[in-house]
Amino acid sequence: MADLFKKLGSLPVVVGCLFITTLYVSVCNLAFPEGSALHVSTYTVTLFGKYLCYALLALAVDLVWGYCGILSLGHGAFFALGGYAMGMYLMRQIGDRGVYGNPELPDFMVFLNWDALPWYWAGSDSFIWMMVMVVAAPGLLAYIFGTMAFRSRVSGVYLSIMTQAVTYALMLAFFRNEMGFGGNNGLTDFKDILGFSLQSDTTRIALFATTATFLAIGFAVCHFIVNSKMGRVVTAIRDSENRVRFIGYKPENYKVWIFVVSAMLAGIAGALYVPQVGIINPGEFSPLSSIEMVVWVAIGGRGSLYGAIIGAIVVSYAKTRFTAIMPEAWLYALGGLFVLVTLLLPKGIAGFFPAIAARFNQKKLAEVKS
Amino acid sequence: MSREAGSPLLEEENIKPDTRHGVILYVEDVSVSFDGFKALNDLSLYINDGELRCLIGANGAGKTTLMDVITGKTRPDVGKVSFGQQVNLLEMDEAQIARAGIGRKFQKPTVFENLTVFENLELSLHGDKGIWANLFHKLSGEQSDEIAQILHTIGLVGECNMQAGALSHGQKQWLEIGMLLAAKPRLLLVDEPVAGMTAQETERTAELLTSLAGDHSVVVVEHDMAFVRSIARKVTVLHQGSVLAEGSMSEIQSNPEVVRVYLGEETGE
Repeated sequence: MADLFKKLGSLPVVVGCLFITTLYVSVCNLAFPEGSALHVSTYTVTLFGKYLCYALLALAVDLVWGYCGILSLGHGAFFALGGYAMGMYLMRQIGDRGVYGNPELPDFMVFLNWDALPWYWAGSDSFIWMMVMVVAAPGLLAYIFGTMAFRSRVSGVYLSIMTQAVTYALMLAFFRNEMGFGGNNGLTDFKDILGFSLQSDTTRIALFATTATFLAIGFAVCHFIVNSKMGRVVTAIRDSENRVRFIGYKPENYKVWIFVVSAMLAGIAGALYVPQVGIINPGEFSPLSSIEMVVWVAIGGRGSLYGAIIGAIVVSYAKTRFTAIMPEAWLYALGGLFVLVTLLLPKGIAGFFPAIAARFNQKKLAEVKS
Repeated sequence: MSREAGSPLLEEENIKPDTRHGVILYVEDVSVSFDGFKALNDLSLYINDGELRCLIGANGAGKTTLMDVITGKTRPDVGKVSFGQQVNLLEMDEAQIARAGIGRKFQKPTVFENLTVFENLELSLHGDKGIWANLFHKLSGEQSDEIAQILHTIGLVGECNMQAGALSHGQKQWLEIGMLLAAKPRLLLVDEPVAGMTAQETERTAELLTSLAGDHSVVVVEHDMAFVRSIARKVTVLHQGSVLAEGSMSEIQSNPEVVRVYLGEETGE
C-alpha cells in the first residue's frame, strides 16, 4: 500500500485539486444566482479555463525541457496549430449565420472572393476529424522537425533558436490571407460547438470541466512517462547524451518521441483554449508567447510536473492582475519575477517546499546528534 | 508497435563476434586525419579474446582517437575494423556497436548524476533498448539479482540508493565500470580508469580489471606507468598514430625506440 502511494506521488493530489475546483466552480456558477456572495461569474470560469489550458501547455514544455533538456522556444507553434484545427471546426459550425450568409464558406473566404474551400479545409465540418487534426498536425510538425534536428545532433542554443525560427516563420505564413486561415484576424465569431451555444453558462462550465479533465489525463500520462524506465532514459539523455548512446540506446529516437508527445499535448491545450477565448489568430505563434511558456516552467519548477502547473497558473494570474492595473509594466514585472525566482529559488516554486523540509530535517538531525 | 520496434534490436542482440581464431578485435591499416593532421596513421592492432591489454603513448599519440574509431564515434578515412572475424564495426553506429558487446568507459567519469546508483545500472543492463519496451518495462527478479551482483563487484552496495552525483570521484569511476559490466560486453575499452584516484582506490581498480580479464577482453588506456606495470601482461605503445612497439612490460622498457620517444621523456621529467 505504501509502495502504491510512493508510485502515485503527487498524482492523487493534483487530480483531487482539479476535481474539487471544477465542482466548486460549476456549482457556484450554476446554482447560485448572480449577486449572491457565493456566485462565480462566467467571466471567472472562462478565465480559469484559460489558465488550465496554459497549465496543460506548461506540462508539455516541462516534459521536453525539464526532463529531456530540450529547450523549445517554439511550443507556441504546436499550441496554435491545435487551436487552428479547433477554430476551423468552429468556423464551419457557424454555417449560414455569418455576415455573408454563405452556408459553405467562412466569411473571410467570401470576402477574398474564393468560391470553394481549399483542399486542407476538407473534413473540417467533422468534429472527430478535426480532433484527430488537433493532435496530428502538431505531432507531424514535431516529428519532421525533431527527426531532422535530432538526427543531425543539433542541440543546445542552436536547437532553441531553430524552434524559435519555426514558430516565427509560421506566424508570418499565417498572417498572409492567401494561406486560408483568416490572415491577421484569424478565426473568430464562433457560434456553437457540437450544437451547444458557446455563450451559454452550461457550455462554458462543460468546457471548463473538459479542460480540467484533459489536464488531469495529461498529468497522469506525463507522470507515467517520467516514472517509467523510458523516463529515466530520457533524464539520462538530459544529463549525458553520449553515455546513453554508448550503452546502446538511440537518444535521437527518444528525443523525437518525447518531442512529439509534448507537441500533441500542446495541441490539445490549444484546442481547448480556442472555444473558451473565442478567437485564434497568428499572434499565438509569436516568439514572445513561446518564451513566456518557458518562464512559467522556470518559475514553477523545471523537472517537476505539478511545478509546471503551478507556474503557469501563478504567472498567468499575475499577468491578468497586473495588466489590469499597469499594462505597460507587465513585461518588467515578468522579467523581475523571473530573475528573482532564478536567484532565490533555482528549482522554482516546486523546489521551495522540499528545500524547507530538508533544512528542517537537517536541523532536527543536528539536534538529535548534539 | 512494440514488437516492430523490438524485433530489429533483437536481431542485433544476436550478433556474436566470431572468435574462432582467438582474436576479438581486428584493427587493420586504419588512418584518420583531422584537417590534414594524421591522428591515426596506418595503424594495425589485434586484441585476443579474453586478454588484458594496456595502451600507452604520449598525448596526441592517438589513443582516444583509436577508441573513437572502435566505438563508432569517428569514421576512419581508410582501414578495416571488425569485431571478431565477421562483424564490420564501420557499418554500425554507436548504439549498435554498444549492443553488439563493446563497452566504453570515458576518460572523465560519466554517470547519470541525477539518477541513483541502482538506476544507473538498471539503464545499462543488456536487453531491449527500444522506446515502447522501456515505457512498459518492469524489472524482473533475475535483473535485480544481476544488479545486486554488480553492486557487490564494484563495492557500492551501501550507496545503492544514493544519487550518482553525490559519489566520490573514485566511486563514479567504479560505477561507470559497473555500468559497462551490466551491458554484458565481450570487449571493454577503459580510458584512464585511475586518473584522480587515491593509491588505495588504484589498487582496488587494478584488482577489479584483472579479475574481469578472461571472461571479457579488456583494453586499458593509462598514463600511470606504475598502474600499467601492476596489471599489464601485454602492452602496446602508440606513437604519432601508429604502433611503435608491442610486448610484455619488460620488453617494452628495454626497447630503445620506446625509451627514446616515451619512457625517456617521462624519466627525464
